[in-house]
Order: sequence, then C-alpha cells, then structure tokens
Amino acid sequence: MELKKEMLPEILRQMFTIRKFEEKVADFLAQGKIHGTGHLYIGEEATAVGACAAIEANDYITSTHRGHGHCIAKGADIKKMMAELLGKETGYCRGKGGSMHIADVEKGNLGANGVVGGSIGIACGAGVTIQMKKLNRVVLCFFGDGAFNQGIFHEAVNLASVWKLPVVFICENNQYAMSTATKIAFNIKDFSLRAQAYGIPGTVVDGNDVLAVYREVSRAVSRARAGQGPTLLIAETYRWKGHSRSDAERYRTRDEVAQWKKRCPLKRFKKYLSKNNVLTEEEIEKLEEETHLAIEAAVKFAEESPFPSLDTLEEGVYAP
Amino acid sequence: MATVELTYKEALHRALREEMNRDINVYLLGEDVGVYGGAFSVSLGLLEEFGAERIKDTPLSEAAIVGAAVGSALTGMRPIAEIMFMDFITVGMDQLVNQAAKINYMYGGKTPVPLVLRTPGGSGTGAAAQHSQSLEALLCHIPGWKVVMPSTPYDALGLLKSSIRDNNPVLFVEHKLLYRQKGPVPEEEYLVPLGQAEVKRKGSDITIVPLSIMIPRTLAAAAKLSQEGIEVEIVDPRTLVPLDLLSIIQSVKKTGHLLIVHEACKRGGFGAEILSQVEESEAFDFLDAPIRRLAGKNIPIPYSPELERRNVPQEDDIYQAVKDLLEIN
Repeated sequence: MELKKEMLPEILRQMFTIRKFEEKVADFLAQGKIHGTGHLYIGEEATAVGACAAIEANDYITSTHRGHGHCIAKGADIKKMMAELLGKETGYCRGKGGSMHIADVEKGNLGANGVVGGSIGIACGAGVTIQMKKLNRVVLCFFGDGAFNQGIFHEAVNLASVWKLPVVFICENNQYAMSTATKIAFNIKDFSLRAQAYGIPGTVVDGNDVLAVYREVSRAVSRARAGQGPTLLIAETYRWKGHSRSDAERYRTRDEVAQWKKRCPLKRFKKYLSKNNVLTEEEIEKLEEETHLAIEAAVKFAEESPFPSLDTLEEGVYAP
Repeated sequence: MATVELTYKEALHRALREEMNRDINVYLLGEDVGVYGGAFSVSLGLLEEFGAERIKDTPLSEAAIVGAAVGSALTGMRPIAEIMFMDFITVGMDQLVNQAAKINYMYGGKTPVPLVLRTPGGSGTGAAAQHSQSLEALLCHIPGWKVVMPSTPYDALGLLKSSIRDNNPVLFVEHKLLYRQKGPVPEEEYLVPLGQAEVKRKGSDITIVPLSIMIPRTLAAAAKLSQEGIEVEIVDPRTLVPLDLLSIIQSVKKTGHLLIVHEACKRGGFGAEILSQVEESEAFDFLDAPIRRLAGKNIPIPYSPELERRNVPQEDDIYQAVKDLLEIN
C-alpha cells in the first residue's frame, strides 16, 4: 500500500503545520503566554501524519497528553486549537480543557488525555460502538512508551483481541517516559514481542519515516476493517524537546539529541519529495511559507478571541 | 393501577429488559453477566433474549470494562457496566474519576457520557473486608457522577430505567441484602426521576434519612417507636447526587430533629454531607437538638458473623439512636 502521489504535498503540509504549531507553542510557553503546560510533538510528526493518512475522515482516534500532532493530523482546525491553548472561549473545549484535553468527537477525535494510558480503554469502547452499529470504521489508539507499562494497556489490548475490535494500537516509542529511558523501564528491546501475548500481530516501524508508518498502519487498518481484530504497532521515534515546560533534560546528552535530529522526519520526507520529482525545492518552500501564514492566522484568531465568560464556570459538569 | 409483587432483583431485571427492548443502543457488559447471569443473577436469562452481542461477558478487567463503557458512550451507545462487587470499582478508578466524570466538562460541555455503573455494595454476606464495602461517598465527591441508591423494588426499577436514560455517568448501587426483598411494583411502565426523595413514612417527632438497606431497618425501628408514641418521619433520598435537599429540609422544619443513618463508615461518609447541607440551610433554626449520624464504624468489614453485624447500624441501634437524640430514657 503506497500513498497516492497527489496526497504527498498534503502530507508535507501537515508535517510542517505540526512542526510550526509546536514551535509557536514552545515560544508561547517560554514567554509565559500559555498559562498551563504543553507537551510538544516536535520530532515525532511522521508518526501521527503517516498513521492518520491511512484512515478516513469518519474514523476515530484517541490521543495522549502529547496530542497536538494527532489533532492536526486528524484534521483539526488550528485556530480552535491555538484558542484552546490560550484559554479562549473559541477553543475546542471553550477554554475548559487546555492542551491535554483537546477533542473533536464529531470529527472522530475522541480526545487527548492527561492520564498516561487513560485513553486505551476508551479506544476499545469506540471499537465496541463500531462493531455493534456495524460501521465500517476503525480506531487508531495512540499512546507512548510510558503508557505501554500501564495496567490498562494489558486489560484493553486483551479485550480488543478477544472481541476482535477494529482498533490499531500505536505505541509511539519516543525513548523516554518523562526522564525514564526505555532501557530502565523495559527488559525487552523489541516492544512488538508483547503482541504475541495477546494473540495479535505486532510490528516495529520507523516512526520517523512517514511513508513507512502509512504502509504499516494501512495494513493494520485493512485487517481491522475486515473484522480480523487489533494490531500492535511500535513507532520508533524521538522527542526533540523536553517532556514539558519544566524539563531541564538532565537525563540525556546533547549529543544524543543531535544524533536523532539527523533523522529528522521532515528533512527526510522533503528529500524524498524532491528526489522523486514530486515537489521542487521552490514548491516546498512555498508550502512551508503557507503553513507559517496559517499558524500566524491561528495565533491572531486566538489572541483576538475573548476569554470565556465567568458565567460558564459551572456549565457542562452534567449533560442535559 | 394494577401491581405485582417483585423482588428487588426481579425489578432490576425487568428494568434492564424494558430498556434494552426500548433502545437498541443499550447493552450490558461485565464479568460473568451472560451465562452465569451476574454474580447475583440479576441478568440471568438476558443472554438468551438479547444475545452475546448485547450481553457481553468480559475478561476479568475492571479498568477495561469501564474504559470500554466510556468510549462506547462517547460514540453513541448507552452501556450498562456491571462491576461484580462495589469494592472492585477501585480497580477502575482512573476511568471512573479522570475519564468518565470529566469528559463532558473538560471537552467544553458538548460530549455526554451516558453510562450506568451497576454494582452491589454492602455487608452482611460474610464476604469480609474486600467484598462488603459501601463506597458511594467516593464518587459523590467527584463532580460529573450521579449516585443512586434504591431501597425498594419499586425504586430499583424506576430509578434504573431513569439512570439508563440519563446522559451522564450514573453509579447505581444495589444492596446485596435487598436483592430478595419483595415489594409492589406497577404492571405498567413507569420511571422514578433522579433527584427526587420520597417520604417512606410520615411522622412528626423526628426525621430520619436512611440510605439503601437502612430504609427497611429504620421502618422496623419506627414501628416499634410508634408503639411508644414516637412518630418517625423517614425521608429516603433515593439519589445522593443530585440530592433532594428540599424534601429533607421540609421534614426537618416539621420535626425539629434529624438522624442520618448509613452503612458506609462514618468518617467522610455521605451522612456528613447531608448533615452539613441541612445545617447550612434554613432548617437550622428549626432544630431542637444537634443532628446525629449513625453509621458504620471506621474499620474494615470483619468476617465473623457477630462482628460483621455489630459493625453497621441494625434496627436496635436505630431505635436507641432515636431515643438518645430525643433524650428519652
């Protein structure tokens, strides 16, 4: 399964959008313009974009605390995302959720999640709905190497396996759960081995290669749509920035970060596009400039938006 | 209106059947809810009627049960999750507290999570410390949850149906010792709305607010007290969240005395909440004596029969508490 050539510029646009959105968020965090924290997806763009390219608009995703990339790849409006980060009424959650809770349920984004592993069970539930309503849909369940050691992972993946739920479990191994390196938290190197324990296929993919991610996720999605149940994919990638705003990064070396930056998913995809004559250097630059302008427009929208009225403080605890 | 005698368990069973027939999106999931019919056989027979697609036996995975309920509720289903013993809700606590309860608010108020968590609570079966707790206060403390504790077959049926139709997470607490209790239930369909207390006995001398199993025990104590000329008014809140405070206030203003009775341990129990809310209300000026709470001791539930029994309020304890409160020797 290969991506259609006409889709490739859009893939690049999404990767640029995530990179630039996150760079802007990093600036805002540094300036104190964002009130809370933020977990940046820089360096991991290929995983979300490659995976979401393999599903349709009405399919579902569940996301994580590091969720901006998944939202953008699922087609979120960056204006509403930026507004949410600035705590504005026009944000996805009307300023009630912030960075870790952006969701757009109607569009299939069942939400970022502040609890590591918290959304893995929810992904199964969406799978149950698909199965019971006989919808031709799938769920992509994103989680990290930290969540891979949570109890809910075991319970949920086993449930998905025995019920043959149409869920693709995508473990984004960015090498660290906050400061805890995978070599400290795991006694296996090949994470896909765990799939065997649930009787489902498990594959490791280069999470910095957007086309490879697309291929593996497409295969898993086909399997899920055919009623053959879940798949576990391990996307090997790297978080360029610290865990969150407060991270002094004492647990890794500059050299290690530099080595991973050489494997930049964006640089790699740009190279592929020009080498295969999909886009010229000029076209790529133009596309980059367009995403830059889109981010600026999102910032303008967010900054000009009002804060939520205090009247809304107690609204929405209960649904009518 | 024609009525039939049903047990509390049969009433719950009928509520499940009626709602599953009414709404195709309603389904039941939990450990051993299918062939076994649930640990207390509430769902016995539903597998044959509705099939394995809608009566889902799950692996022994409380967190995944609740997680799957949350995810399917978010995407258009109306799951009823059964947790075999109330003690085990703690195994799924992240899903209950951080996920189910928060989603509608933190996503901006437009994503309801209509799920019911049915679970049997309470002691008296000799199952000891990890199968006998009354943990309703835990979820009463979490904004986003509604909490329901029926004490009669009539309420069990009407409240379960309303809980299933509610667009929020509802903790539905069934007391194990009530499953066999019989009572009249209308033959035709009816609902009992959440947030509406019921006066289970009228009286003028003291108001008692008992929860769940404490309702029949208080009724028995009240009959005995009546022979001595003390008329007890019993207000069954039926749902703790939302709480029908107004009905309690009205009764207290009439009687001037309030006793709250529950099985959960006293410290941090829901009785403290009722007490505070009444004291902060206009009813305070009508009180002729301090409000008292009679509740479970602050200990894990013990095993040996008499230890287990003495741990929680019994009929004679309620009788005595009323006399103490009214300072009658």
